[in-house]
Amino acid sequence: MTTTAEGRGRRHGAGTATRRRAPDAGSRWSELAWALSDAAVMTRRNLIHTVRVRALWPFIIVQPVTFVLLFALVFGGAIDLPGGGSYREYLMAGVFAQAVAFTTYPTAVGVAFDMQLGLIDRFRTMPIHPSAMFIGRTLGDLGRMAISITVMALCGLSVGWRINDGFARAAGGFALLALFGYAMSWIGAYLGLTARSTQAAQSLPMLWLFPLTFVSNAFVPTQHMPGVLEDVANWNPVSSVAAATRTLFGNPHPFADPDSFPAQHSVLLTVLWSVALTVIAAVLCTRRMRAVAR
Amino acid sequence: MHSVGDAIVVEGLVKRYGEAMALDGLDLRVPEGSVFGLLGPNGAGKTTTVRILTTLLRPDAGTAAVAGLDVTSNPADVRRRIGMAGQFTALDYTLSGRENLVMFGRLQRLGRRQANRSADRLLGEFGLTEVAGKAVSTYSGGMARRLDLAAALVATPTVLFLDEPSTGLDPPSRLELWDLLEGLVASGMTLLLTTQYLEEADRLADHVAVVDHGRVITSGTPDELKRRMGGERVDVHLADPADLDRAVTALRPIAAGEPVVDAAAAVVGVPAPAGASAVIAEVVRALDRHHVAMSDISTHRPTLDDVFLAVTGHTP
Repeated sequence: MTTTAEGRGRRHGAGTATRRRAPDAGSRWSELAWALSDAAVMTRRNLIHTVRVRALWPFIIVQPVTFVLLFALVFGGAIDLPGGGSYREYLMAGVFAQAVAFTTYPTAVGVAFDMQLGLIDRFRTMPIHPSAMFIGRTLGDLGRMAISITVMALCGLSVGWRINDGFARAAGGFALLALFGYAMSWIGAYLGLTARSTQAAQSLPMLWLFPLTFVSNAFVPTQHMPGVLEDVANWNPVSSVAAATRTLFGNPHPFADPDSFPAQHSVLLTVLWSVALTVIAAVLCTRRMRAVAR
Repeated sequence: MHSVGDAIVVEGLVKRYGEAMALDGLDLRVPEGSVFGLLGPNGAGKTTTVRILTTLLRPDAGTAAVAGLDVTSNPADVRRRIGMAGQFTALDYTLSGRENLVMFGRLQRLGRRQANRSADRLLGEFGLTEVAGKAVSTYSGGMARRLDLAAALVATPTVLFLDEPSTGLDPPSRLELWDLLEGLVASGMTLLLTTQYLEEADRLADHVAVVDHGRVITSGTPDELKRRMGGERVDVHLADPADLDRAVTALRPIAAGEPVVDAAAAVVGVPAPAGASAVIAEVVRALDRHHVAMSDISTHRPTLDDVFLAVTGHTP
């Protein structure tokens, strides 16, 4: 707290001398405490938006319900899984995986909008760690995603999807979905930061999000995809998430080659993909924030 | 030596955008506790200067220090001492006015209670208490501007930057804003503001630097600048251009200095440094005595254009 008091005090006669490194930059720990406080303030702001901006509600609640019902009822009976099992059960994890992957979208739009409003610049004139800005944004969007996933799970249960391997493993499945969604949200933050306009941030992610989620095992097993596409699909992070979730939910998860690495280590791959994507996006975001100042 | 120092020191600041030179060796010195007006046309480099001083942009060359701290080597500490309101309001329109202020206060490292107290005080001072709980999206332009200014002040900065504070405001809101700013200045904060209007600089600033093509072309107190341009003027438009000489003779005793003659337009200008209103009646009477007929009479206040004309010989 001494940092605050000193930082706020009027400095008379500071003169023209240039000082390197903070006469009043607090210890590492107090800096960390402030960074956490900044992130909390930002998260709160984003959560307030979720509650107050009613125009968002259809995306948070109605769209996930529509997706579950569409896939389960329209495609649910149309496809026979290789090796048997219920396609409807198979499908749910895919719908979840797609939904969390799409978290990129609201984050990109939110950050681009903050840029357009001049809020990012205002934040940058304040003693905020650049990452705190995005941690707040992404955690807020994670909260929004959690609501969607809950709605989807309830909806799934009503159309015959079941958790077959116990609650603890299922909780692990949901945790993996959150982890991957969080990584995708960070990618969105970077895209929002670099988008030329809010419109660009709104349209560009859609160009690759659909291929990303469809060239995967999210909706159909990869066996019938042409050669290269099948390899891409097997290593696609969306496939890892869907497969890992299926495993943990005890839903059918057929792989053409059950001994392959992606089939054997879907949980590990999901964690690796998520951590790697988060770190890369966070570094890019922070660098971008500093680069803007050049 | 803890007397009055300089709150802002800028030396040889250069910023290029590709081929274009936004700043071309800009120098400034703003004493602590003073109000400094950066006056210039669009594209003169005013915003670029403010963005560098508020750590948003890095200069290509030169140095800039705010509150004794170098903005490029020590941006984090500079940020703890400055407040900034840009050309356009930067607010969260979903949050209420109060929530905005508390958020900005918290992000500027005020404790929770301190941030609340500061927000309430500013809402009161800026006449926003009644709408404090309403979403900013419901505010009028003038209200949003005031809230934006309050956001820059919530952590009581040492140095406040305002980039064209009255842009987009209707005249009543502009006057309201000027009153607010005068109050701030009285509290002893250092203020740097940019403007395109001499009138605004005159009303608010102790010191003015006129900027053009990224350089200070002249500086001084507003009075000095105005004096250099002869201050206000009464322009007499003659009904008959043949009366020109007679009109000049009639008006010479009234004019402070030589009347300004525009023969082509048949206009005689009477410099009136004490204000046009003081001499306008006399002008009319003198012309009447000399039987000179007017087609029109108008008063002319010096503008940024006149400053440019006086300094560079051309308008911006």
